[in-house]
Amino acid sequence: MTLNALLFQALNGLSTASGLFFIAAGLSLIFGVTRIVNIAHGSLYMLGTYIAYSLATKIGGAFGFWGGIVLTALIVGVIGALIEIVLLRRIYRAPELFQLLATFALVLVINDATLWLWGPEDLLGPRAPGLAGAVEIFGRRLPSYDLFLIFIAPAVLIVLHFALAKTRFGRLMRAATQDREMVGALGVNQAVLFTSVFALGALLAGLGGALQVAREPANLATDLVAIGDAFVVVVVGGMGSITGAYLAAIIIAEVKALCIAIGVVNLGFVTVNFSKFTLVAEFIVMAIVLIARPYGLLGKPQGVVRSVAEPEAPIRPATPMLKVLGAVVLVLLLALPLLAQTSPYVLVLATDVLIAVIFATSLHFIMGPGGMHSFGHAAYFGLGAYGAALLVKLAGFPMLAALFTAPLVALLGALLFGWFAVRLSGVYLAMLTLAFAQIVWALVFQWEGFTGGSNGVIGVWPAAPFNKSWAYFLLALAFTVIAILVLRRFLFAPFGYAMRAGRDSPLRAEAIGIDVKRIHWLGFAIAGCVCGIAGGLFAFAKGSISPEAISVSRSIDGLVMVLLGGIQTLVGPIVGASVYAVLQDTVMRQTEYWRALLGVIILVLVLAFPQGIAGALSALSRKLGRKPGGAA
Amino acid sequence: MRAQAYLYSLAFVLAAGLAAPAAAQDTIKIGELNSYKSQPAFLDPYKKGMELAIEEINGKGGVNGKKLELVSRDDGGNPGEAVRVAEELVTREGVVALSGTFLSNIGLAVANFAGQKKVFFLASEPLTDKITWAEGNKYTYRLRATTYMQTAMLMPAAIAAHAKRWALVYPNYEYGQSAVATFKEMIKKAQPDVEFVTDQATPLGKLDAGAVAQAIDDAKPDAIFNVLFGPDLAKFVREGNTRGVFKNRTVVSLLSGEPEYLDPLGAETPVGWTVTGYPWDKIKTPEHVAFLTAYQKKYSDYPRLGSIVGYTTVKSLAAGLAKTKALDANSLVEAFKGLYVQSPFGAFQYRASDHQATMGAFVGKLALEKGKGTMDDFKYVDGASVLPSDAEVAKLRPAGAN
Repeated sequence: MTLNALLFQALNGLSTASGLFFIAAGLSLIFGVTRIVNIAHGSLYMLGTYIAYSLATKIGGAFGFWGGIVLTALIVGVIGALIEIVLLRRIYRAPELFQLLATFALVLVINDATLWLWGPEDLLGPRAPGLAGAVEIFGRRLPSYDLFLIFIAPAVLIVLHFALAKTRFGRLMRAATQDREMVGALGVNQAVLFTSVFALGALLAGLGGALQVAREPANLATDLVAIGDAFVVVVVGGMGSITGAYLAAIIIAEVKALCIAIGVVNLGFVTVNFSKFTLVAEFIVMAIVLIARPYGLLGKPQGVVRSVAEPEAPIRPATPMLKVLGAVVLVLLLALPLLAQTSPYVLVLATDVLIAVIFATSLHFIMGPGGMHSFGHAAYFGLGAYGAALLVKLAGFPMLAALFTAPLVALLGALLFGWFAVRLSGVYLAMLTLAFAQIVWALVFQWEGFTGGSNGVIGVWPAAPFNKSWAYFLLALAFTVIAILVLRRFLFAPFGYAMRAGRDSPLRAEAIGIDVKRIHWLGFAIAGCVCGIAGGLFAFAKGSISPEAISVSRSIDGLVMVLLGGIQTLVGPIVGASVYAVLQDTVMRQTEYWRALLGVIILVLVLAFPQGIAGALSALSRKLGRKPGGAA
Repeated sequence: MRAQAYLYSLAFVLAAGLAAPAAAQDTIKIGELNSYKSQPAFLDPYKKGMELAIEEINGKGGVNGKKLELVSRDDGGNPGEAVRVAEELVTREGVVALSGTFLSNIGLAVANFAGQKKVFFLASEPLTDKITWAEGNKYTYRLRATTYMQTAMLMPAAIAAHAKRWALVYPNYEYGQSAVATFKEMIKKAQPDVEFVTDQATPLGKLDAGAVAQAIDDAKPDAIFNVLFGPDLAKFVREGNTRGVFKNRTVVSLLSGEPEYLDPLGAETPVGWTVTGYPWDKIKTPEHVAFLTAYQKKYSDYPRLGSIVGYTTVKSLAAGLAKTKALDANSLVEAFKGLYVQSPFGAFQYRASDHQATMGAFVGKLALEKGKGTMDDFKYVDGASVLPSDAEVAKLRPAGAN
């Protein structure tokens, strides 16, 4: 390869970086001020491409294209403002991360709305009027539009930078990023500030999406692709730093361009196809950056957010009434095979619910009492599932032995990743866990000879007597009860108190001799191990396992279950997982637009129960004057 | 209490969803599951094709005097949920057969479920060879021409190019990987001195088009074998056109002539590529004209390849059910052996040896007419002509799969 070829690929990387920068900058600003992890940011970006497509083709010409891009940015900005005013403003006082649930619902609704408005076909916009051709650089042809993109991102960066540094609005934003209660106390109208920040972030996303209209077709998969990339860029750059976002966008785009340029390399003993690394390049970059610089390249430690939500009550052992209720539920479940004789599907669904319950409960163990928000819990689910499947297929383990060994595979993974993760906190920890999950996913996806690649491992069915659905259900029930009781035991042991002490007040906990990092590391490992049980059960319930089991969407499902149930109660994840699993199954049958329906239902639940379903129930029971509940 | 009201309504929705549906006596239920939300461009026309076939069949009195009823479900786009949905269709809806699926891994998972639970499954769209060969089983048949078949259909054009230096670009998952593996094997056999100068395995749906197009151009190939489709294809074509990557190069491309992937290209259509596809407005056979007329009348839209697949899936199941009269899986498996089906592409057969349908595809060159992409100089390649012999596939299938 010549030097010119490499330099030229660097230019390609720069133009790709521009696209990444716009979406990441908006996400970063929104997070910095409002602390909302806006999963719907990718949806706003997608809307940008669709709206710009419509304006460019309906109006046509140079005005339709260039004017359309500006107009699109404004329209998406207004949509952002509406989202903030109508929805998010109502739930700022909910527990941390809860707003994530609302934006997740928005992703579902916006995607279906886009399908309804624009139809299923991919829509490729026109070439940019005036910039349709290419310019010759290094003896190669670079599209002039790419050259334009290379310059527009730094231009916007400079404008934003001065706006933040010199204007009053910018000063308020920076102040709110550091200490938003203080800003409020000084008499600044927070509602207006939050709305305008959200609108600005949405405007940038819309602009980024609109600018892509000449490069790629508007399509319905853009939202999730874009949000994944954006999170990585924001975290690598440092939350709240737009210069960092630009730097990170360049690094990631250049690493990918380099992988593509290198292509297949024969290293003597092994041939490596570097183009395959584009699958995971950004996550490897993110993991390295976070391990070396815990707050990203240009980020600073986050300011503390004080008392936005109601302070969390300490967890207490279950009330006698709750214990009786739990026993009744257990008896009902034990009798389910008899009750469900006429409708065998109930057992299939119930088994899935139990698997979801183990998954969510183990995630809650570190998210709630541990205070570690894992965005990559699917990694341990996948390790358990693949562990079980491969032990059966390759090592000839019997089913039960594989089910008992699978959690150990997950435990090893959690011990390794947890060691790095607990050194960070907050959203950086969340993103590092996500990076690890993606690395596991890519490994499984690429290691075809061992894991079966994208097809996965198939033909992993339970052995007799568990090949009957009632028997497998009872087996899953036994594992679920054990898993919940074990986790509960940990929480009410000194270990659990130490873990919560480390969450609520790390300094004081250290001062009284608790090794917070070690305790949190062990907590992380325990949660991963228990999650592995769910993975093993899943593999045998489905008879197959493929990389989707480790995908981001499974990790997000876990978060949704925990938040829906209520993060501050111990029955929360159980309630949340059951409701979400049954809801999804039911809704998927109701309508063609089931995702929008699911999204709307979640939105209703979010607005009705800002503490989660179980949280609302225990608050209700407190109000009715009984003893405080809220524990399982 | 407001919260209580919400809880009640939630409980009501859940209870309504769990209650078993009423079963009708004089209908035959066919189960269908697919990734409607993750692959809408292909599956929206697919569903329309299925509904048209159901309407036609029931309009003529149904099958064996009973109406066909299609129970269609979203499979959530992942194998775990697909297996649950398949179980729901079988145990709760009582369907006599399963059909559908799009992505290879979901097709394989459902096929394996069908083999395990002894349910008849007609895989309509997934292309992986493994469904009928390495992981084949007694209860699974497949309609669509496989990765192997479509690649084989393109080989005459690839060999005729006499290109020595080939560039490969494909989505990095089962479909792309196996298409490239088949292509390499076949072209090496015909042309032992062939050289593969670059090998771009790109993440599905996340192609970095500019860099990939440039890397291919820098490798200075004589010809390009492309397996990209959907948004990746559109991005790749626009970048490649602007950068002059396709100039004076032979390009051989899988699926790019299918309206689902060709139409979004519009004026950007790369003229002269040899592709497999479906030139819907140019096929004048009576079977196809009849289908086209009925489809356009019902939907005031033209059919995509998905429409053909959906339509023919239902027609196949109806033909199988009409042949056996019985409704159990084993009878259907027997009925499908050598079953002849009339499709808009003409008659084809389900082979008894590997359960693969011989429905073919159209091979031709991409052309640009009135600013829209179309196919030129095309011909229909019968699937039977590119499939290995019965003896050869017997070696590929596991023991006891027939």
